[in-house]
Amino acid sequence: MAGHLRPAHWLLAAVLLAVLCVPLLGDVFYTRLATRILILGLIAVSLNLLVGYGGMISFGHAAFVGLGAYTTAILAFHGVASGFLVWPAAIAVSALGALVIGAIALRTGGVYFIMITLAFAQMLYYTSVGLERYGGDDGVRMAARNTFAGVLELGRPSVFFYVVAAIFMAVVFAFSRLVRSRFGRVLRGIKDNERRMQSLGYDTYRYKLAAFVIAGALAGLGGALNANLVQLVSPSMIHWIMSGDLLIMVILGGVGTLFGPVIGAAAFILLEEVLAGYTKHWMIVLGPLMLLVVLFQKGGIHALLFRRGAAHG
Amino acid sequence: MSLALLVEQLLNGIQLGMMLFLMAAGLTLVFGVMNFINLAHGSFYMVGAFLAATFTAWTGSFYLAVPLALAGCIVLGALVEIAALRRLYDRDHLDQVLATFSLILFFNELATILWGTEPQYMPIPALLSGSIPLFEGAQYPVYRLAITGAGIAIGLLLYVLVVHSRVGMLIRAGATHRETVQSLGVDIKLLFTVIFGLGVAFAGFAGMVTGPLLAVQVGIGEPMLIVAFVVIVIGGIGSIRGALVGSLLVGLVDTVGRFILPLWLGYRFGPALASMAIYVLMAVVLVWRPQGLFRLARG
Repeated sequence: MAGHLRPAHWLLAAVLLAVLCVPLLGDVFYTRLATRILILGLIAVSLNLLVGYGGMISFGHAAFVGLGAYTTAILAFHGVASGFLVWPAAIAVSALGALVIGAIALRTGGVYFIMITLAFAQMLYYTSVGLERYGGDDGVRMAARNTFAGVLELGRPSVFFYVVAAIFMAVVFAFSRLVRSRFGRVLRGIKDNERRMQSLGYDTYRYKLAAFVIAGALAGLGGALNANLVQLVSPSMIHWIMSGDLLIMVILGGVGTLFGPVIGAAAFILLEEVLAGYTKHWMIVLGPLMLLVVLFQKGGIHALLFRRGAAHG
Repeated sequence: MSLALLVEQLLNGIQLGMMLFLMAAGLTLVFGVMNFINLAHGSFYMVGAFLAATFTAWTGSFYLAVPLALAGCIVLGALVEIAALRRLYDRDHLDQVLATFSLILFFNELATILWGTEPQYMPIPALLSGSIPLFEGAQYPVYRLAITGAGIAIGLLLYVLVVHSRVGMLIRAGATHRETVQSLGVDIKLLFTVIFGLGVAFAGFAGMVTGPLLAVQVGIGEPMLIVAFVVIVIGGIGSIRGALVGSLLVGLVDTVGRFILPLWLGYRFGPALASMAIYVLMAVVLVWRPQGLFRLARG
C-alpha cells in the first residue's frame, strides 16, 4: 500500500490535520468531541488487532477498557494522581486481566471464543457493580485529571486533547509497524489458516495470547484516557453494549485496515451526535443501518473510500 | 443455616436451570444445525415477557395471554428469520454477531418506544398463587413449581421431538450431514425457519412464565442470554443434553452460591464472589474440557 498514494489517502491526511486543528476553534464542545473520537479510535484500533489481524472475535473488549478506567479512578480515589504512575498501572492491570482471560478463552476457538469473552466481561461488569466502596452502580468520580509533575495541565481541554492526539499517533504508528512485523504476519497467517501455521511449527496459542495481551493493554490505556476525559468511571463502561459498540466501530470503518477502525469510531460518534439531535430513540435507526452495512457493505467505510479510489485512479 | 432454606434454594436453582435450558436449547439447536450464533435470542425472551404482560392486562387472563404471546413471538421470529437472518447462515461468525447485535439495539429501542422505561409487573395467575408445604416448616411457592414443571415437560417434549419424530430426524441429520439432507430433496430453508421458530418459542415462553417473578423491562433478555452462553460453553455447543446438564449446573451453582457464599464469607465479599461463581465454573470446565462436557460429533 505504501508508495501508492491515492486521493483517499490525501483525504485521510487532510482529515487528520483538520482534527488536529479542532482546539483552535476555541469551542470546548468540539475539543471534547475530537478527544473522544481519538480515544475510542485508539480502543477500536486495539480491538482490530484481534478481530482484523488475528481472527479472534472478542465480544468482551470493554472489560479491558473498564479495567484501565477503574484502575485510574480507584488510584485517584486513594490520592494517587500522577499520570506517570497511574497510566502505566492502568496498562499493566488491563494486560494482566487480558493474560488471564485470554489464557482461558484461547483454549477454544471460533464461536466459543465469542461467548467466553462476553461472559468474562459480564463477570467483570457485575464485579464493578458490586464495588460498593467505589460507587457501585453509580461509579466513582475523579475530582481532577491526572497530573504530570506540573508539566502538563490536563485540566485544560486543549492540552488534554494534544496529549491524547500525541499518544494516538504514537500508538497508530507503533501499530502499523507491529502488523507489518514478523509477529503481525504470523498473526495474519493464523487468521487465514491456523492449522497451516501450526504445521509450519508456530506455537499459535502463544502468538494469539500475545496479541490478546497487547490489545488488552492498549484498551487499558484507552480506558485510562477515557476516565480522564469523562472523570466518571461507572460499570456502564464495561457493559456488553460497549463491547458491541466497539465491534461496530471496527466493522463499520473497515476490519483489518490501519485506519478503518478510527474512521469507524469517528463515524459512530458523529452519527450518534447527529441522530441523537433528532430523536432520543436514535438506536432504532442505528440498528437497522448496521444490519444493512453487515448484509450489503463488506469492508465498511474504508472499502467504500479506497476501492472507489482505486477504481478511478 | 436451616435445611428448609437450603431446600428452597435448591428448588429455586432447578427452576432457574429450567428457564436457562429453554433459552440455551434454542441457541444450541440453531447453532448446531445452521452454524449460526444469534445474539438477538435474548430479545425474544424480552418480547415474550412484554407481550405476556400486555395480553394479561388486556384479556385479564394469564392463560389466554400465554398462547397469544407465544403466537406473537413465533410470528416475529419467523419474520426476522425470513427477512434478515437466513441471509447470514453462510456468512462468518463476525457478520452474524454484528447483525444480531444490531437487532438487539433495534428491539430494545422498539420496546422502549412501545412500553416505555417503567418496569411492568405481572400478577401471579390466581390458580397458581400461594404456597404449598414441602415438609415441616418449609413452604414453597406453587407458581415456581409450576414453571419448573412446565420447563421439564417442554424438555421431554423436545427430547421426543428430536429423537423420535421425522422433523427431529431431519434436525439431527441437518446438524451433521447438511448436504445429504439437501440432496434428498428436503426444503432446507423451511426446515431452518422451523428450527429457528422453535428456538424463539422456547425463549419467548421462558420470558412469559418468568414475567410474574420479575420486573418486566427493556434489557432483561441479555443477562439471560449471556448466562445461556455460559451454559452452552459448559455443556458443549450443539448438544441438547449438554444444554440440560449445563443449565441445571449453572442454575444450582448461581442460586445456591448466592445463598451460601455470603453466609460463609460474610456480606462484604460473599455477594461479589457469588456473582462470579458461574464464570469460575465455566473457567474450570474450560480448563478441564475445552469443548464442553458433551461435544457434538460433526460428520
